[in-house]
Amino acid sequence: MPYVLLLVINAVFVNNFVLSRFLGICPFLGVSKKTETALGMGLAVIFVMGVASVITYAIDLALVAGGMEYLRTIVFILVIAALIQLVEIFVKRFSPSLYSALGVYLPLITTNCAVLGVAIMNVTELSTVNVLYAFVNGIASGVGFTIAILILAGIREKLELADIPESFKGFPITLIAASIIAMSFAAFSGLSF
Amino acid sequence: MKKTNLRETFEPLTTGVFKNNATFRLVLGTCPTLAVTTSALNGLSMGLATTFVLVCSNAIVSLMRNFIPRKVRIPAYILVIATFSTMVQMIMRKWLPDMYESLGLFLSLVVVNCILLARAESFASLNPVLPSVLDGIGIGLGFTFSLTLLGFIRELLGTGSVFGFEIKPLIEAGLPMTIFILPAGGFMVYGFMMVLFNVAVKAAENKIAAVKAAKAFRSEGGDE
Repeated sequence: MPYVLLLVINAVFVNNFVLSRFLGICPFLGVSKKTETALGMGLAVIFVMGVASVITYAIDLALVAGGMEYLRTIVFILVIAALIQLVEIFVKRFSPSLYSALGVYLPLITTNCAVLGVAIMNVTELSTVNVLYAFVNGIASGVGFTIAILILAGIREKLELADIPESFKGFPITLIAASIIAMSFAAFSGLSF
Repeated sequence: MKKTNLRETFEPLTTGVFKNNATFRLVLGTCPTLAVTTSALNGLSMGLATTFVLVCSNAIVSLMRNFIPRKVRIPAYILVIATFSTMVQMIMRKWLPDMYESLGLFLSLVVVNCILLARAESFASLNPVLPSVLDGIGIGLGFTFSLTLLGFIRELLGTGSVFGFEIKPLIEAGLPMTIFILPAGGFMVYGFMMVLFNVAVKAAENKIAAVKAAKAFRSEGGDE
């Protein structure tokens, strides 16, 4: 149990997916204009990451048993793409309100490297591996992503009103804001386990 | 007449490097851009690996553009891209094991680099093979150029070395700032480089517009 807690703190703060591992930067910069959309994206990512972690972990057991680790990348990305389609269909069918909240973000997640990143990390980097840890790691990494994108979205909403030099408008000022957030998250690296 | 045709053929090559620079102008493929640019060499090898995958996948996608049904095109593109990125992974593990180690996770993540899917979707699936390959080379080299540049700046400021060679006076003076090879420095250097790039491209465009206007003015004057 303590290991699970460490895993969560590690994934959310110390090795935050966006701010210290640089995974999922595209949606981090692309979908962070408004807090609501950022939250929607974040929730979709948490959901998909949790499910994908479990499924890819199970598939990896089969791949390793067959001695076909080299197929990891291809199999994982196809599974994730199929999974997202499936999730979309299910959510649409059973929870229209959740679908209208997550709808547009679900397809975008296919090319979110954070999902493939967490799937690969679960099977290559996690020290003691079992399916529960993989699931927890997936969810916690998603939470880390959500926190980061929410903070950035909050700052960008304020930036809309600020007087910014012409050539800094848009992405550059967002990146510089992200840099300052990353700097504050760097403080967590003192908590290394 | 032939000359303009030649120029048109090679246009994808040049626009890819500057006007459509993937990193600074299109803002695609940001994850590897930030993650591997802690040194110039890492940036360079990541750029070249991506270029290889991009050129090959563009060629294949363009060859198959008339056979892939519209509805399943995205999974088909992803499969093509995944095949080539697995190839790159295997080649690097065999012949460049050090580089394989230092790029680590991000070598497997070439497959979800949005540049690849974006070019397959918006260029290769609409154009014949030759322009697609040239577009791949152009965009790939632009990506390599910006990754190497970012890596160079971050390595120099962060550790005081250039392509792995330490510059003694800089280090002895205590100038290197570790922050630049940390994530925060990555975001910052990227942001400021984007500003510079935007300013440079705008200046170049203004100059071209000014030259054109001057030419037009002159030819008008000549008519009178």
